[in-house]
Amino acid sequence: MKKIFRNEGVQSFIASLLCIVAGLLIGYIVLLFINPSGASEAIGNVIKNFFTYSRDTLRWKNFGNTLVKTAPLLMCSLSILFCYKVGLFNIGAAGQYVAGSCASLYAALVWGWGWLPCMLLAIVVAAVFGVVVGILKAYCNVNEVISGIMLNWIGLYTTNTLLSQVKEEASPYTEYLSVKNPASILPTLGLSELFGKDNKVTIAIPIAIVLAVAIMVILNMTKLGYELKATGLNKNAAKYAGMAEKRNIIFTLAIGGALAGLGGALLYLTDAERWMCTASSVPGMGFNGIAAAFLGGLNPIGAIFSSYFIQHISVGGSHVDLTKYSSEISDLIAAIIIYLCGFVFFVKYAFNLWLARQDNKKDHRFTKEETDAVLKTQQKGGESK
Amino acid sequence: MTTILLLLQYTLIFASVLTLVALGGCYSEHSGVINLGLEGIMVIGALGGALAMKYLCIGLPAVLTILTVLAVAALSGVAYAALLGVACINLKADQTLVGTALNMMGVAAATVIVKAINTAANPNEPSSTVNYVEAKKAFVLKLGGFEFNWFMLIAVIILVIAYVILYKTKFGLRMMACGEHPQAANSVGISVYKMRWAGVLISGAFGGLGGICYILAGVSEWKFENGVAGFGFLALAVMIFGQWKPQRIALAALLFGFFRALSNVYSGFGFLASLNIPGTVYNMMPYIISLLVLAFTSKKSRAPKAEGIPYDKSMR
Repeated sequence: MKKIFRNEGVQSFIASLLCIVAGLLIGYIVLLFINPSGASEAIGNVIKNFFTYSRDTLRWKNFGNTLVKTAPLLMCSLSILFCYKVGLFNIGAAGQYVAGSCASLYAALVWGWGWLPCMLLAIVVAAVFGVVVGILKAYCNVNEVISGIMLNWIGLYTTNTLLSQVKEEASPYTEYLSVKNPASILPTLGLSELFGKDNKVTIAIPIAIVLAVAIMVILNMTKLGYELKATGLNKNAAKYAGMAEKRNIIFTLAIGGALAGLGGALLYLTDAERWMCTASSVPGMGFNGIAAAFLGGLNPIGAIFSSYFIQHISVGGSHVDLTKYSSEISDLIAAIIIYLCGFVFFVKYAFNLWLARQDNKKDHRFTKEETDAVLKTQQKGGESK
Repeated sequence: MTTILLLLQYTLIFASVLTLVALGGCYSEHSGVINLGLEGIMVIGALGGALAMKYLCIGLPAVLTILTVLAVAALSGVAYAALLGVACINLKADQTLVGTALNMMGVAAATVIVKAINTAANPNEPSSTVNYVEAKKAFVLKLGGFEFNWFMLIAVIILVIAYVILYKTKFGLRMMACGEHPQAANSVGISVYKMRWAGVLISGAFGGLGGICYILAGVSEWKFENGVAGFGFLALAVMIFGQWKPQRIALAALLFGFFRALSNVYSGFGFLASLNIPGTVYNMMPYIISLLVLAFTSKKSRAPKAEGIPYDKSMR
């Protein structure tokens, strides 16, 4: 039993579950304060999400739509956890995601490209965003969080300007891909049939999962992964051991940017959502990615499940009774979960310390046979002298 | 002429915001804690101030209104910053992660609270806007074409106080020691935990004041869904550019405030309007400038040596 608790993975899993339970509990308390009469139902709806529908077809369809938005979130969380393993806090993922969205939509709507080149362009543009942060960090010692935030806003305003060229006349949204350039929509490969047709499920979801596995392999099983992690643990030691620590930092942020940018393409090239050209704040996808990355215990496979969970409650937020509560309650719960994730390292440390102390106590409580054995060996030692 | 006055007015008010918040960051970092949650603290401070203006200040004389709003905003900021203190000082959490969480939580909590208040008043209109037209008048003084805001004066007063406390008092010097070498400070009997708590709470107060100042800068109502548009981070850039020194922070804030103000009033200048640069470029200006400035100044940064490292008594 104790062995199970000593397992790193099990500890992370339990910690994440505790964070979720505590986050939901605090969310519930907030709802109680706002209006006690419907709080239980509201928190229930947040957790149930598409299960609130009674018809099976509607459930499948909405499950599919939750998955569609999980793919970009997973990409953002992969971006953040990859960089975090290398000691970099890539809060710029939000801006890189925006850059990727912008590039893919612009190529699709203005230049009429197909889906694959659109996706590749998104990756390249977003990687450039990452590289800027990387160069500033490696050569100018600029804190990556601050430069990342600045680039988020620069990216947002640039995107609004560029995409205004292809927006609908009557609304602030960009035009539908299905109307303007159907070739740029990601292929479904029959996946949407699984979810009762009439939804936007595409190859985006398998792509995201495959990349999660790929990131895990790179981090844990390749020389590159070890080098990057070594740079993150101690930049100077890595340099001393002959690694190009500056290049590693820039390279990491380029990968981080590429992942987040691909996330943008994986959402907007499904036509499930359109860009609002009057957006006045950076989309929350990149920031929720932070929640997903830490809730998943900074493990790429864990991130698959945590991303789904975060997206599940985000969509669930829209099912609360809007005449009493606001849908932002799910943003609040996600933020509380991130805050609680900050404690995980400390709690794990304290727990392991406690386990070790238990062990020590046991070591000192010798049984009679053991004491005899020790005494015997001492006597023998004395004789041989 | 009126445009120049307007530019001056906006420059001064935005510079006041940035000075206040950057001083908050300065105190926190000098004590050894990186406060990336300033953005969230600003939002919560603004929320406290806005609600105070809407509910507490009805019919109060102007002086009392100002004092009430200042007190409530600062206290909201302090209370919120305590969340950072618990996590980063006592539980040794990752300061970047907790700061980010505070930013997200600030906007989400403010939106939820304001929407709850608005829906309770009228279920058909769930908006996240607080309106405070009446109380705002207490803060503004018309001097011809120039709209003087009391916050401009408050920022200067706080700047002077912050400078004196940091460099001329025992408390300030001890706090700075905790940011440079906490073990050494502890060895001469200074409680590092207490000093760091002091730094974080003071930064909460300044951040909260900056927040209410920000939403009072322009319009007479505020939509809390929008947060404070990265101003908390701009303030951190100001702090770095100001080399963690109050007097330089004020100068840096004027520079950044100028570029932020330009995006409000550029269309009033004939020669700028004739250049036909899209408005978004001016919107981006403060962020681009701060990137450039950071690129050139961070190399020889004079950051407190122990900032960002959780203090562990048993480490030497």
